[in-house]
Amino acid sequence: MSEIIKTDVVIVGAGPTGLFAVFELGLLDIKAHLIDILPKPGGQCAELYPEKPIYDIPGFPMVTGQGLVDNLLQQIEPFGPTFHYNEMVEGLDVLGTPEAPAFRVRTDGGKVFEAKVVIVAAGGGSFQPKRPPVATIEAYENKSVFYAVRKMEDFRDRTVLIVGGGDSALDWTLNLHPIAKRIILMHRRDEFRAAPHSVNAMRELVASKQMDLLIGQIAGLKGEDGRLSAVSVKTADGVSDVACDRMLPFFGLTMKLGPIADWGLNLHEQLVPVDTEKFETNAPGIFAIGDINTYPGKLKLILSGFHEAALCAQKAHRYVYPEKKLHFQYTTSSTNLQKKLGVA
Amino acid sequence: MTKITFVDAAGQSRTIDAEDGSTVMESALKNSIPGIEAECGGACACATCHVYVDDAWMEKLGKPEQMEEDMLDFAFDVRPTSRLSCQIKVRPEIDGLSVTTPEKQG
Repeated sequence: MSEIIKTDVVIVGAGPTGLFAVFELGLLDIKAHLIDILPKPGGQCAELYPEKPIYDIPGFPMVTGQGLVDNLLQQIEPFGPTFHYNEMVEGLDVLGTPEAPAFRVRTDGGKVFEAKVVIVAAGGGSFQPKRPPVATIEAYENKSVFYAVRKMEDFRDRTVLIVGGGDSALDWTLNLHPIAKRIILMHRRDEFRAAPHSVNAMRELVASKQMDLLIGQIAGLKGEDGRLSAVSVKTADGVSDVACDRMLPFFGLTMKLGPIADWGLNLHEQLVPVDTEKFETNAPGIFAIGDINTYPGKLKLILSGFHEAALCAQKAHRYVYPEKKLHFQYTTSSTNLQKKLGVA
Repeated sequence: MTKITFVDAAGQSRTIDAEDGSTVMESALKNSIPGIEAECGGACACATCHVYVDDAWMEKLGKPEQMEEDMLDFAFDVRPTSRLSCQIKVRPEIDGLSVTTPEKQG
């Protein structure tokens, strides 16, 4: 087991709400680590609509998704949060008592954290690869069907069917080509979103018959015990089988609640119910803020997440510093807060 | 108001009154039409509001823009009549439009 990272608060999710929680906690001298499954901060803002305008952030008549994320990162910089990307929180164990909570948090990448407070700011859940809706695909996953390449060796001397038309599909076509027995790239149309130079490189390999390009879609899987023998594909000529023993489908990401469902929290329609004073869940010391929570009158707005972050930080302070009294202060007038922000 | 009919994969049909100026996806959600997920909320970023447009309406709706065509790459069982319903604006000219929702949005 890797070394345990000890901190005041673990924030699950680095979207706008999780980022602003760092600010509100920081003003109260509470240190935070953020864990996100994406390779970058910003959550849905950065993943789904980085260039789309947002019109309902108070004080910003218009800001893009990425613009908001960039501003939040600048705003929380004085508090030096630590980010852990490409990691999904898998397990959560309760170590403390309801009065003095403590938690151990484990990620799928093997990182282990110990914190007094956990703030779930996981939005719509974790972004996970989209699974083609064909029968029995679950049986092949992580044996013959992969949604990412973790070890290139898994593909050596294999006949690999790569499905998709974006950068992931094209990059892996080119990267696996030298070690695979044969690469077959399949896409629904003869047009590719991927970077033009990789599309050109792929077309050259096809022209020199070093790989195959197929215009079609997945219709079914054939094989047994998780070992793929062929993929049934639908093309303009009808349905036929393509022999292969590996498949890599790249259809983008979808949001799934994921392991949060197994943490012993009350759930209501895939959302976590909280109170509206502290935004705490049924488990003392575990808070839920932003799109992932629910309460009477809840609106899934970024501004609601900001409000919730501020209020949950107040209660988090009591868990982190049980002896200290909390005095409410304004950043405009408090020298103490301004020192923390590095402006006084 | 413009009438739009949604037929689900099992063949059940539901007709709703949609507000002009909104999108077919928004109208579907407002009327709790099953089979439209619209995970990204209409940003043309997820392909979970995929529908098949009735043949008769294909010409009237026009061709999808490049961004929508690219995003359809993330949908499953894409056909020549595939569209993302968040990119179809409701307007009087499409009164009576009929679309079918796929079995799964993936």
